[in-house]
Amino acid sequence: MTTRVGMEIAFAAAEAAALCRIDVIAAYPITPNTHIPEHLSDIVADGRLDAEFICVESEHSALSACCGASAVGARVFTATSSQGLLFMGEVMPIVSAMRLPVVMALGNRALSGPISIWNDHSDVMSQRDMGWISLFASNGQEVVDMIIQAFKIAENRDVMLPLNINLDGFQLTHVVEPMLFPDQEEVDKFLPEYQPYASLHPDHVVSMGTLGAPEIFNEVMKAKDTALINSKKVILKIWKEWEEQFGRRYEPIQAYKTDGAQVLLLTMGSMDETAEAAIDELHKRNISAGLLKLKLWRPFPTEELRKAVKGAKVLAVMDRAVSFGGAAAPVGAEIRSALYDEPDRPLIINEIIGLGGRDVTEGDFVQIVEKAARGGKARPKEAYEIYGVRGS
Amino acid sequence: MADKKWPEIWQEVNPGCMVFMPGNTREYHTGSWRAQRPVYDFPKCIKCGLCYILCPEGCISQDEEGYFVADLDYCKGCGICAHECWPGAITMIEEG
Amino acid sequence: MSIVENFDLYAPRLVDKEEYFAAGHRACQGCGEALAVRLMCKALGKDTVIINATGCMEVVSAVYPTTAWKLPWIHVAFPNSASVGSGVAAGLKVLRRKGKIPDRYIKAVSIGGDGGTVDIGLQALSGAMERGHDLLYVCFDNEAYMNTGIQRSGATPFGASTTTEPAGLDSSGKTAWKKNVPEIMVAHNVPYVATACHSYPLDLMNKVKKARRIKGPTYIHCLSVCPTGWRLSPELSIKAGRLAVETGVFPLYEVVDGKYRITVEMPEKLRPVEDYVKIQGRFRHLAEDEIKAFQERVIQEFNKLLEKVNCLHSWSDLKE
Repeated sequence: MTTRVGMEIAFAAAEAAALCRIDVIAAYPITPNTHIPEHLSDIVADGRLDAEFICVESEHSALSACCGASAVGARVFTATSSQGLLFMGEVMPIVSAMRLPVVMALGNRALSGPISIWNDHSDVMSQRDMGWISLFASNGQEVVDMIIQAFKIAENRDVMLPLNINLDGFQLTHVVEPMLFPDQEEVDKFLPEYQPYASLHPDHVVSMGTLGAPEIFNEVMKAKDTALINSKKVILKIWKEWEEQFGRRYEPIQAYKTDGAQVLLLTMGSMDETAEAAIDELHKRNISAGLLKLKLWRPFPTEELRKAVKGAKVLAVMDRAVSFGGAAAPVGAEIRSALYDEPDRPLIINEIIGLGGRDVTEGDFVQIVEKAARGGKARPKEAYEIYGVRGS
Repeated sequence: MADKKWPEIWQEVNPGCMVFMPGNTREYHTGSWRAQRPVYDFPKCIKCGLCYILCPEGCISQDEEGYFVADLDYCKGCGICAHECWPGAITMIEEG
Repeated sequence: MSIVENFDLYAPRLVDKEEYFAAGHRACQGCGEALAVRLMCKALGKDTVIINATGCMEVVSAVYPTTAWKLPWIHVAFPNSASVGSGVAAGLKVLRRKGKIPDRYIKAVSIGGDGGTVDIGLQALSGAMERGHDLLYVCFDNEAYMNTGIQRSGATPFGASTTTEPAGLDSSGKTAWKKNVPEIMVAHNVPYVATACHSYPLDLMNKVKKARRIKGPTYIHCLSVCPTGWRLSPELSIKAGRLAVETGVFPLYEVVDGKYRITVEMPEKLRPVEDYVKIQGRFRHLAEDEIKAFQERVIQEFNKLLEKVNCLHSWSDLKE
């Protein structure tokens, strides 16, 4: 029976992973995601979960140990942020290339330089091309739901790819929210036991991680890319199953009051809910605006995006990371690219907001949309702008 | 899987470049590498098996009479067997 | 020569005939490491999972679509053989406990070269050994980063010329002494630590068998002669290993629960280091005084080992 519990979202992430009957956890602490492995180790220590918790000595070893455990057929889970993600960076493309369904909770935190423990998306954006499925959660409920969905998606025979669930550091990880938790029986019904495509065991000998010569490399990359692109079909199917069993709906891009909207705002992660409040305020001021909440980052939902922006004059894309010296910020660049060939594409405004934990307010969004509504189709001077910089 | 043509088309590449045919490097005959090969003076051979133990390729095995002989499909001609054979039953001669 | 004296006891028919490391691999002619890996696999048997760091062995043995391995095998990256191994060991443990895999003991064995163990892999190795996983780690030490072209590693011996610390007009090869990783492993309280060499095949295989039986972290450091990198004729691979042992440059010993024991019959007096140095091109630049310095330090290190053999007690004896 589903229960409604109020708890810190990081703890909830751990509880959700435990409900999935994971076999091995290998994680290294790093603020702000530390509470996830800490709470998991409590769950294991109390015997509520039969799993091996490996207190690895670095994040590189964390993801490596997850590879090893997944390769023998165990269901694995890890969590990290920022510098930790970069330290395991060498192994990131290898996990997806080896088709190991590792699930990772990413407590998004700014990349160092200067060191910061606070939230932005620079960590996950630096790993865009690593071949992982990437989901973004707006609130605690989505974190819980997405973690349970993640194992089913990743382990599906037509997918077999690692997956990361992004939850904003501190903004989500350390916030207490009420969440609905399915019970063990309901999760077992949704999520069957892991049946690996291949595993390391002398009864069925396999060599994993062989060397790829140039004559085969293009073909292997094509196969990997196709697998990630095709995983969207499986994700949509599993989201439908989730809705049928639990009543909560998930879409690659969730629209909020977008009917007839002239200006659309696009956000990812915890700022979705702040943006919703801003849209409500804008409607009070009779401004035609709507919100698109991007939940599926990889594989990128080009089709859904094109449909979602039809009819809008302006699309204001809110990034939370800088692509230094780039033509646009990460999400802005992706969206411009996806919409380039559309005949009636909206004007795209790319704002970078909330870097290094800088607070993103309802007022900020209201200001951005009002400016966009006034500007019409006039192209902004810069391709992208870091919002709210003192002195600019 | 055995009837896939090499180089494979992208649809046929094994997921993760996994290889399900243990020991199939045997399809690659490293014997073509060598510049010298072992020849045997069997009367001197005491069938101790030392050459079999010390061959890096593991290509030495016993024939029907129990003498240890290198499989020339894989023998790289390193000369370890000849050097270590203490009765001197093996000599290396130039290939070709 | 003890290997031949005892050979009638350990007739080849007692050694597993199965070649778990199949021929057709692309190792150089006379590769000592390939031989050592082949022998290790014979000692391990089929209920083993091998975790291999990037290096010579990984590259020559598993080029898609072929594999020389007849044991389950995984390669992930360069520094993480021990951490992937930790995951394999933990995974096998929990899956067996939960009844998801057959109820049979499977040994996880991580292997890596000196690069992947002594230098870039040291962190992962230290972590894995400290955590006490049921994992055997075997380092195949060919004394340089051979796969990338003979660059200096922490395990390169004093005076050896490598491509990143070469002998030249102003330099005489490596100035630092070889990093003693077996000692580092003893300091991690690993229940079984041993050094081995393929030139003493039965000693190597017995040590692997012994380590396999221990349900905890174990470490074997295997000297592997590289004719290409050491610049010697491939037929001398076995002889070079034998000389390394007989001169005291690489003594063969094991440490069981803190008790040191030299495991092969050593000559009455150590052979001069010059015998070892003169057959290898990587040492050919060494002047007489440099060989003398090398000789002195070898004697010193060997005596340090003898002290430990003679004086140290097994840890279990020290409980009171």
